[in-house]
Amino acid sequence: MGLDFSVVPGFLDSILIGALWTIAITLSSAAISFFGGIFFAVISLYGHWVIRLPFRAFAFLFMGTPLLLQLFLIYFGLIQIGIDLPAFVAGIIGLGLHFAVYNSDIIKAGILAVDKGQHEGARTIGLSKGQTLRKIIVPQAVRNVVPPIGNNMIALLKDSALVSVIGVTELTLSAQLAISQTYRAFEFYVAVAVCYYIINLCLEYSLHLIERRIQISR
Amino acid sequence: MSSEKPFIDVRHAAKSFGALEVLKDINLQVHKGQIVAIIGPSGSGKSTLLRAINELDPLSGGEIWLEDMQINKKLPPRQYEKHINKVRQDIGMVFQHFNLFPHLTVRHNITLGPTMLKGMSKGEADKLAEEQLAHVGLSERIDYYPSQLSGGQKQRVAIARALAMKPKVMLFDEATSALDPELVEEVNLVMKRLAEEHMTMIIVTHEMAFAESVCDRVLFMDEGVVVEEGPPEVIFKNPVNERTQNFLRKHLNG
Ligand SMILES: Nc1ncnc2c1ncn2[C@@H]1O[C@H](COP(=O)(O)OP(=O)(O)OP(=O)(O)O)[C@@H](O)[C@H]1O
Ligand SMILES: [Mg+2]
Repeated sequence: MGLDFSVVPGFLDSILIGALWTIAITLSSAAISFFGGIFFAVISLYGHWVIRLPFRAFAFLFMGTPLLLQLFLIYFGLIQIGIDLPAFVAGIIGLGLHFAVYNSDIIKAGILAVDKGQHEGARTIGLSKGQTLRKIIVPQAVRNVVPPIGNNMIALLKDSALVSVIGVTELTLSAQLAISQTYRAFEFYVAVAVCYYIINLCLEYSLHLIERRIQISR
Repeated sequence: MSSEKPFIDVRHAAKSFGALEVLKDINLQVHKGQIVAIIGPSGSGKSTLLRAINELDPLSGGEIWLEDMQINKKLPPRQYEKHINKVRQDIGMVFQHFNLFPHLTVRHNITLGPTMLKGMSKGEADKLAEEQLAHVGLSERIDYYPSQLSGGQKQRVAIARALAMKPKVMLFDEATSALDPELVEEVNLVMKRLAEEHMTMIIVTHEMAFAESVCDRVLFMDEGVVVEEGPPEVIFKNPVNERTQNFLRKHLNG
């Protein structure tokens, strides 16, 4: 059985819809991972130990176990305690929290790298500790760590394929479905690989634009 | 004048960093509209004293008063935080390294405090920023980022930012030491202008000529004590203390 890419156009609709889902999942979980990362970083640096210690355990869980397992746990496990999430929601929560934990380490380092004079400059105006963090320290920390956070976002895009196993019809699953009807694995895997690659390029380009824009304000 | 209550009153200030005693029984009264210069060798505690006044480095002993309010009051943490944020709004501070916020434009560096702390509307704060920038001669730079300014311009923006809070006192910690020599004058001019407007100021400086020309009183500090203090004509021309004489000999000729 030779290769025959002519089967692909017939499934273009479902592949494109899959691509849209992949983009939607990536963007939503990227947002969760970014704001969650900031939140976790601030907690682990400045939080009371009553919050900090449980968070540490939670972070350890997310870093030390497979993402796939975390997705299973959120989607299939939580039902047993009465939390029945749609697959898409379970997927972005799993991906989002997983990467939030990774981002938080980066942002934490970014916060610690902000010059001590920035705290002093802000406090001498009369800003409170919270206002100083929110308006002065965190925005600068985030600017400093755009490249590594960007790398995590690209990893997130690729790992979003994992949510296919809980039944979200994103790119990878849409390929699987097409293959199950046509038995043309190579053609469809290559087709979605190209899609991932294009989305990836767009993501990288956006990150590049963001980096350029903030250059002046660092 | 002497019958009036001092504006800033530092009483028996002491400060240690671990075993190192950096300030030893310092007393300093600054009256409204007065300009006090603090000079002395490196490590003598000048910055520490200045930073103690707005509690960046709280004292280990002694009291600091701003008019009728004790700045370094002992309070429970939450009340202290509120108290000190209020106090700091009344005390402007200018640092050697400017400490401008690099992620904000000049405009937002200046409007941040007034909008967040004084409930000023955006429009009012913008107007204030324009006024303050005109005052330091930088109107045309209002939408620049700090990274696009020279050192002298940065320092003038830092002064404008502090002034926008309408402080009662301004503290300057070697405001021109980090600047290229040709940029020092523009910052000195701004400070002189403030002096003419009778801003109460405490100025730590290594520039003796500048100190002599603007201040009403000079403190010479060494090893955490005020060795000698008096009007500039006396301190710079006829210092009594031998340590003061040695220090000035080095600095006036150097
Ligand atoms: N946070 C700190 N921890 C420990 N020691 C400190 C701290 N800040 C200052 N010191 C020490 O206190 C002494 C006085 O420092 P300070 O910065 O007040 O000196 P200064 O008179 O401002 O000197 P310079 O002219 O170099 O600025 C120095 O010996 C310094 O090493
Ligand atoms: Mg100093």
